[in-house]
Amino acid sequence: MSEPTPPVSLRRWTLWLPLGVFAGFVILFLIGLLRPAEREVRSALIGKPLPEFALPQAIPERPGLATADFRGGKPRLLNVFASWCVPCAVEAPQLAALKQAGVEIHGVAVRDKREDLERFLARHGNPFARIGADEVSKVQFALGSSGYPESFIVDGRGVIRYQHIGEIRPDQVEMILTKLKEAEQ
Amino acid sequence: MIRFLCALLLGLAIMPVAAQDKLPPAPYAYRQLDDPAKEARAKALMETLRCVQCQGQSIADSDAPIAGDMRNQVRLRIDAGEDPEAIRQWLVDRYGDYVSYAPRVTATTWPLFAAPLLLLAFAFMVLRRRLIRGGGGA
Repeated sequence: MSEPTPPVSLRRWTLWLPLGVFAGFVILFLIGLLRPAEREVRSALIGKPLPEFALPQAIPERPGLATADFRGGKPRLLNVFASWCVPCAVEAPQLAALKQAGVEIHGVAVRDKREDLERFLARHGNPFARIGADEVSKVQFALGSSGYPESFIVDGRGVIRYQHIGEIRPDQVEMILTKLKEAEQ
Repeated sequence: MIRFLCALLLGLAIMPVAAQDKLPPAPYAYRQLDDPAKEARAKALMETLRCVQCQGQSIADSDAPIAGDMRNQVRLRIDAGEDPEAIRQWLVDRYGDYVSYAPRVTATTWPLFAAPLLLLAFAFMVLRRRLIRGGGGA
């Protein structure tokens, strides 16, 4: 072969390159393996206006829910829930506490039956000013919500400011109140 | 006794089902559209949309109620004449790129598409140089 031999220093460097690349992949793999997986699908609508919707009433005691109910004045809490959802029952005392603190809470009842809902509210209390019946998860999709319960903070101009995935736990009530306060600006 | 145990086990097996809602599935969750062309379009779209709750499955594969509701919505909107890609975009606007199984070229994903092209170009250049040099040296 007439090919000139490359200088020794270059050769040595290229010799270690594959091992270096391999080590890089091992590190990437370990990072991916050890980092806890993010299983929640967050809504992409934070900072955007609440989508247009109008839901019929879910129980006779409370009016239905529409986008217009979130306009004007103070921030409100939109709670996506269902009577058949166990964490929603766990969340009930916290919603009651929020209502006690003067928060206006509106409910979106997903795939629910009136009788079941009435039983659920009789047992766990009814913190909702309005409840809309979302029988085919239409509003849930419009909100970019992927589970139950989920809570959205909507400010006085009808803009979604915060999404809380999963039940509001007792130690999170303060945080929600702070977020509601922040949404006033 | 054994019968009692069996009944108990069966009861436990049924329990997760009881935790789900009692509403019947949405009208078009398990029913195809009457127009086969529209159904084909809906099916193609549903196979490339992720179920947001059972995240390893497409909404066409999943029996979760939320996936049924999503199929219902996709079918109704296709039936109303909406473009499948517009429906996909509507969902991506709400759930992010994660909801779609069809990869798109975006600010974060372009290296995935560019890397194979760059590697091919690099390999072609190396090969050409070697072949030309090999030919010249012989």
